Amino acid sequence: MSHPAVPALEARSITKIFPGVVANQEVSLQVHAGEILALLGENGAGKSTLMNVLFGLYHPTQGEIWVDGRPVTLKTPRDAIALGIGMVHQHFQLVPVMTVIDNIMLGDEPIRYGLLDRRHAEERIRALSHQYGLAVDPHSVIEDLPVGIRQRVEILKALYRNAKILILDEPTAVLTPQEIEGLFAVMETLKRQGKAMIFITHKLKEVLRIADRILVLRGGRVVGAADPQTATQSQLAALMVGREVILTVEKGAARPGAAVLEVTDLQAKNDLGEPALRGVSLQVRAGEIVGVAGVQGNGQTELVEVITGLRRASGGQVRIGGVDRTHASPGQITHAGHCSHVPEDRHAYGMVDSYTVADNLILNQYAQPPFARAATIQQAAIAEHAEKLVKKFDVRTPSIETPGGSLSGGNQQKMVVAREFSRPIQLLIAAQPTRGIDVGSIEFIHQQIVAKRDEGVAVLLVSAELDEILALSDRIAVIYQGRILDVVDRAAATREGLGLLMAGVKAEPT
Amino acid sequence: MHIFSLRRAGQLLVVPILAVFSALLVGALLMWLFGDDPLAAYRGLWEGAFGSPRAWSTTVRKMTPLILTGLSVSIAFKAGLFNIGASGQFVVGTVCSVAVGVNFEGMPAHLLLALLAGVGGGVLWGLIPGLLKVFTGAHEVIVTIMLNYVASLFAAWTVYAGGTQGQTPGPLWDVNAGPISRTAEVLASARLPWIFGEPYRVHWGVLLAIGVALAMWWLIFKTTLGFATRTVGANSKAARYAGINVRWITVLTLMIAGGVAGLAGAIETLGLNHRFAPEFTGGVGFDGITVALLGQTNPLGVLLSAFLLGALDAGSARMQFDSGVAADIIQVIQALVLAFVAAPAIIRQLYRLRKPGDLSESTVFSSGWGR
Repeated sequence: MSHPAVPALEARSITKIFPGVVANQEVSLQVHAGEILALLGENGAGKSTLMNVLFGLYHPTQGEIWVDGRPVTLKTPRDAIALGIGMVHQHFQLVPVMTVIDNIMLGDEPIRYGLLDRRHAEERIRALSHQYGLAVDPHSVIEDLPVGIRQRVEILKALYRNAKILILDEPTAVLTPQEIEGLFAVMETLKRQGKAMIFITHKLKEVLRIADRILVLRGGRVVGAADPQTATQSQLAALMVGREVILTVEKGAARPGAAVLEVTDLQAKNDLGEPALRGVSLQVRAGEIVGVAGVQGNGQTELVEVITGLRRASGGQVRIGGVDRTHASPGQITHAGHCSHVPEDRHAYGMVDSYTVADNLILNQYAQPPFARAATIQQAAIAEHAEKLVKKFDVRTPSIETPGGSLSGGNQQKMVVAREFSRPIQLLIAAQPTRGIDVGSIEFIHQQIVAKRDEGVAVLLVSAELDEILALSDRIAVIYQGRILDVVDRAAATREGLGLLMAGVKAEPT
Repeated sequence: MHIFSLRRAGQLLVVPILAVFSALLVGALLMWLFGDDPLAAYRGLWEGAFGSPRAWSTTVRKMTPLILTGLSVSIAFKAGLFNIGASGQFVVGTVCSVAVGVNFEGMPAHLLLALLAGVGGGVLWGLIPGLLKVFTGAHEVIVTIMLNYVASLFAAWTVYAGGTQGQTPGPLWDVNAGPISRTAEVLASARLPWIFGEPYRVHWGVLLAIGVALAMWWLIFKTTLGFATRTVGANSKAARYAGINVRWITVLTLMIAGGVAGLAGAIETLGLNHRFAPEFTGGVGFDGITVALLGQTNPLGVLLSAFLLGALDAGSARMQFDSGVAADIIQVIQALVLAFVAAPAIIRQLYRLRKPGDLSESTVFSSGWGR
């Protein structure tokens, strides 16, 4: 494909630093008219930050943005729009009770004699939807439309503002397979008509299907570029989850005992009501670590939530220690089931930011002795417990009375780990236990997980980091589209084999 | 959790104190603009609130229901709920306590029963929005506002004197009142006794209210139930993770909030008014929102802010008498106080205060609006 010499949009060495976090580090990219650039990366890789920088929502700490060969400053999205940059957000920015016309012209209304000129807007919308094959009834009300059509409205909104460069933020995340085909057809049309597109996703198949070039982002940096003509899904998966830092964990052979966690044909829906678990069966025995590997969004989150009682199962069974806990409450699973849970999203589930470190360290044991007696909080016992754990788990905090939310990410995680690892348990569920924390803390948490295993605890480890899975697991289950595709012994597992499984490719038995 | 730490108390008090100061300043400016003498007005206000034993007794009397309605709104805030229904809960509590108070002559523990009836009425009026929120997702703000109307219309019906065309009078109407819609007087056995009788008219309700505030402080900060309630308010997902039954806490909190507001109604009736008539509205329930916010939703803060608002109310008559400034200005000042505490950013900007660096438990006004 021949490109004009000047890229439509260019990011030059963009660095974006939030307090304590480097979200983007020296990221450069170019996209030309008539081209689809795919930006591939795990959740938290810095894709969304980068796009928000390109759309004027964030200001880069360093680096430049060039449009049509000229450096530009984007103070607000308004500046970006004026330069022909349009964004289709993952979460649609539409007013549900208003019509398609009203939504599209909102913020850019044609005025005639001081009144809204809806007719003019409608004519333009009809012309645009004809030109780009975006069939939509301008008079429908958004809330009556299926998700796929709403997305067309989002795209029309950008085109209505004369966008030449379209940023599509995970546009397929909310679509059915048929709707995805529809979107790809639209994207092809837009491409033929000379639009530049940045397509953000973590789905490998889609990237290979639609992109002209692929850029892989990990940990805020560009870690590789690939040509969809030659790249394979397993290569891309390996790039995405990374391979250069191989963490070694000292551990002996597992001595597994009886099954502690038995998941049978488990089914559950995600937040959108779509099937997320389609019959997961899995066993974790005492004294072993079973790692769940998979590309994000294949049901890992839902699996952990169902096991820990935070999400309802729509079918199947969860047994913990031989007792059916399928529909037990989180409290029953924690206490009667002797289960610990390091949640994937610690700010949502694992801690209360405004609570002190001491209170966070008893968050799910506040009603248990010795922290409560006769329904009364025992401050002294809580403080003593906190002092002990802060020391043992090396949680760096000015004091145990400091609000948990003001600690650094790594120390918050150590706080959560300290709480979950410091009581007698039979089952440990660790979801992304080291996400977003420093290497020192990662090693420490890994050692603690292995120590739990050696005490005879059954450990279910869910991680987006393949290295973490490989370093810790005794057996590895690969989850793909809500099913366990295969369970392999660590000794038999290879990165390439797992990469293929994560991409949904199961080797035929020979 | 160190509530008594001086530095923390100082941080908590800065905004409310500056809010009151600013409101008084703006009030003075308004009076000056209309050609009144603010100094004379505020001198009268002070005299009316604190100038004599009689003035003090008025302040204490006005403060009593405000403590309880302020607590009602505060505890709901702790669980992340906005109880705008203290007014209706107050009215239902009033009606229930009167119903017991005018009947059952010679009943043992008559006063206690009448008080409990008031609490029970309020609990019921809190239970309804609680159940509706938990089972249908109806937002407690909307439901409690609507229930305020239901309560006041229901209360008016109970004392309806009947019509000239032979309409049936309400069940609590005093047959000796003729065409006037009101209840009979509460029997002596169901009245809260005076601490100081006429002309001071201070009844034991004030000590009851202070006792409830202390108990509420203990409940919120020292019990497992309080921990659960605060956790639900601070992060309901983390609360679920921690094994807390968020639905139950939501319902229970609104029941407690309703019960406390209902007790306020019972105390006002059994201690002071001794009867109910439709013109006794639950305005004091709405004032509870100001009291709660000014008191930073802390029960001890509520005691202070109820005292302050009670004093403003108590002094307003004397202020009007002494300076000729309409007592309505006090309502303007109260509204300004509310505006300033509800929008602390204004105060911080005005006085160049640093943003609070810590993540202290802040009040969430309307978490989950409409969802």
